[in-house]
Amino acid sequence: MRTLRFLLRKEFLQIRRDPAIMRMLVAMPLVQLLLLGNAATFQIRSSRMYVVDEDHTPASRGLVTRLAASGRFEITDASPSMALANRALLDRDVSSILHVPPRFERDLVRDGVAPVQLVFNAEDGAAAGIRRTYATRIIAAYAAELSAELRPPPGETDAPVRGAARIDVRARGWFNPDLDYQAYMVPGILVLLVTMVATALGSMNIVREKELGTLEQLNVTPVTRAEFIASKLIPFWVIGLAVLAFGLTIARLAFDIPMRGSLALVFLAAAVYLLVALGIGLWISTIVETQQQAMFVTFAINMVYMLMSGLFTPILSMPRWAQWIAQLSPVKHFIVLMRAVLVKGAGFSAVLVPLAVLAVYAAVVLTLAVRQYSKRTA
Amino acid sequence: MSAMRGFVVKEFHHILRDRQTLLILLLLPLAQVLLFGFALRTDIEGVRLVVVDPRPDASTLELRDRFGATGLFRIVGIEATPAGLAPRFQAGAADQAVVFEPGFGEKLAHEGRAQVMVITDATDPNTGSAMQAYASAVIQRYEQEIGARGGRRGVRIVPEARMRFNPTLESVNLFVPGLIALVLTIVSALMSAISLSREKERGTLEVLLVSPLRPWEIIAGKVLPYLALGFANVLTVLGAAWFVFHVPFRGSVLLLLGESLLFIVTCLSLGVVIAAVTSSQRTAMIGALMGLMMPTTVLGGMIFPIESMPAWLQPVTNVVPGKWFILISRGIMLKGVGLAELWQETLILAAMMAVLLVAAVKAFRIRLG
Repeated sequence: MRTLRFLLRKEFLQIRRDPAIMRMLVAMPLVQLLLLGNAATFQIRSSRMYVVDEDHTPASRGLVTRLAASGRFEITDASPSMALANRALLDRDVSSILHVPPRFERDLVRDGVAPVQLVFNAEDGAAAGIRRTYATRIIAAYAAELSAELRPPPGETDAPVRGAARIDVRARGWFNPDLDYQAYMVPGILVLLVTMVATALGSMNIVREKELGTLEQLNVTPVTRAEFIASKLIPFWVIGLAVLAFGLTIARLAFDIPMRGSLALVFLAAAVYLLVALGIGLWISTIVETQQQAMFVTFAINMVYMLMSGLFTPILSMPRWAQWIAQLSPVKHFIVLMRAVLVKGAGFSAVLVPLAVLAVYAAVVLTLAVRQYSKRTA
Repeated sequence: MSAMRGFVVKEFHHILRDRQTLLILLLLPLAQVLLFGFALRTDIEGVRLVVVDPRPDASTLELRDRFGATGLFRIVGIEATPAGLAPRFQAGAADQAVVFEPGFGEKLAHEGRAQVMVITDATDPNTGSAMQAYASAVIQRYEQEIGARGGRRGVRIVPEARMRFNPTLESVNLFVPGLIALVLTIVSALMSAISLSREKERGTLEVLLVSPLRPWEIIAGKVLPYLALGFANVLTVLGAAWFVFHVPFRGSVLLLLGESLLFIVTCLSLGVVIAAVTSSQRTAMIGALMGLMMPTTVLGGMIFPIESMPAWLQPVTNVVPGKWFILISRGIMLKGVGLAELWQETLILAAMMAVLLVAAVKAFRIRLG
């Protein structure tokens, strides 16, 4: 225990002496959190729409008015030329086109059916899909409105209007009724930023002593393997928890993210989680021979953390084999847990599974790191 | 000039000698584009649906079948009361619930009006609103059909929607160009940052600085070999996009290669600047990795549309080199446009490269003094 205390003092001194480390560990995550927290949103703003109306009738004008009044579309340009509209779409001046063909109203009155054409710039896939849903819904509502006007029920000839059945769909979005992206994204981004720096610092830590030759000096002292790994782990673990706490405070103040569940539960999980994240870094550090190798491994792992933990794209959308890889990522389990506790107000029993997974990962990773290190000393 | 040639040859030797690192540099970008190209999807499928049906009847059973038949929903539970929903949602065991009112079918037949509630886990707003829209569409279609069966007359406007540039809304087509930009940015910047900061740490850079080579020659000598390596990466990742992901290449491949070259030089220069302003390998590498990875991913428009961001933040994205390369590569690959449409983006990227190169040379001159 006494040895560990001395080792810890040495590690803390080293960290304090290198201002670059503190800058990277504290300032970089927090600054990036403020920027990226605002950027990570799929919020669909109103789409600029080009209208090509070849019908010029009350019915076609009504359609345009309904689209504009919905707030989902903003009519920025109109002309009778589809070629001009296509050009505007290509230049990204507009993101959608409405084309009403000639005889639109006449067809509606005579046949009860008329087509319109919608063109979307699908370069931003997800947004285009949602805009299509909006437009379809607005057009369907308008058609229902027109039905009464254009084709009144033919009075006495038909039997009483049966089957004018209506199903009221009440939509409820639970946990995040305002569809607030920040509530969803900010905690995850914070976790990822802290994790990336922690993994990088951990992975460079031991290998650096190896490169500098100071590791051999430590190896001939009576320091045990576990003590050595613990002395490397604890300082960053303490700092990491502090940065997480500070980041959560910022998230609360700047982004107003909800905190429905118990914060104690979040920190209990964070304590376990950071053991895993730092442990993986240290494990890498015991395996590789140079800092350069450590960096490439860290790069590869951080990419998996960033792109496969369900932070930016849903895990359910991934192919099956990729979902298994995602299960291996500790970031995934911690983000799931954090979102459940903060946004959904989940209690201990609801997050037992991710918590247990993290605990198992921590035990495995730390054992591996200690054993890998011992092989080197032998 | 012959000193310069000797220097470049030396750099090539350095890279070729270290087979292991060379292999990593050649394979890592390709492996990443392959892995994440498959994994990054936003298509929604397998929505886990709970049906709350207090008094099942013909209508509710038919609607249930409709949900099952779309292939989009997977019914994971049928309950009589909504009481157990909250814990299920909290534990993440269900994504959506359809709650019928008691006597749904009866009310629909006799009163012509019935109520159904669709509850969605909206924790993820994007997935949440999409699931909501899909579920409503299933119910609306059913409503229209029974309306037609009852002989209701009315008008229909049939919207025909075309998704220009990406007709099937293929996730791959959107993410692969972004992924290529991200991987090339980091690998290029890391390569040049590492190679310079290592010489700095070992003290061999001072030897170079007192040699008759001028600062720009040192930088050019450092960057040139990695340019070759970077271009090899461009070929492999574009090959993957073409052969594995079948991303369309509607525009000129030659132009795309040229733009890629421009982009790589920009990123390599960025790495040089990072190496110049940091004091150790460790800070240079962590700086390059941490300073580029998340910002390029989030601010570059690879995943999140830039037009969705708040107005004050949108100009900030302009400093991300990846943003311009994504615009260019999507333009050439998906829209099939040429230099006539892309000259602005190209010019910005070129200006960025010039500024970074000058900054890199300046940074080294200061060290010399």
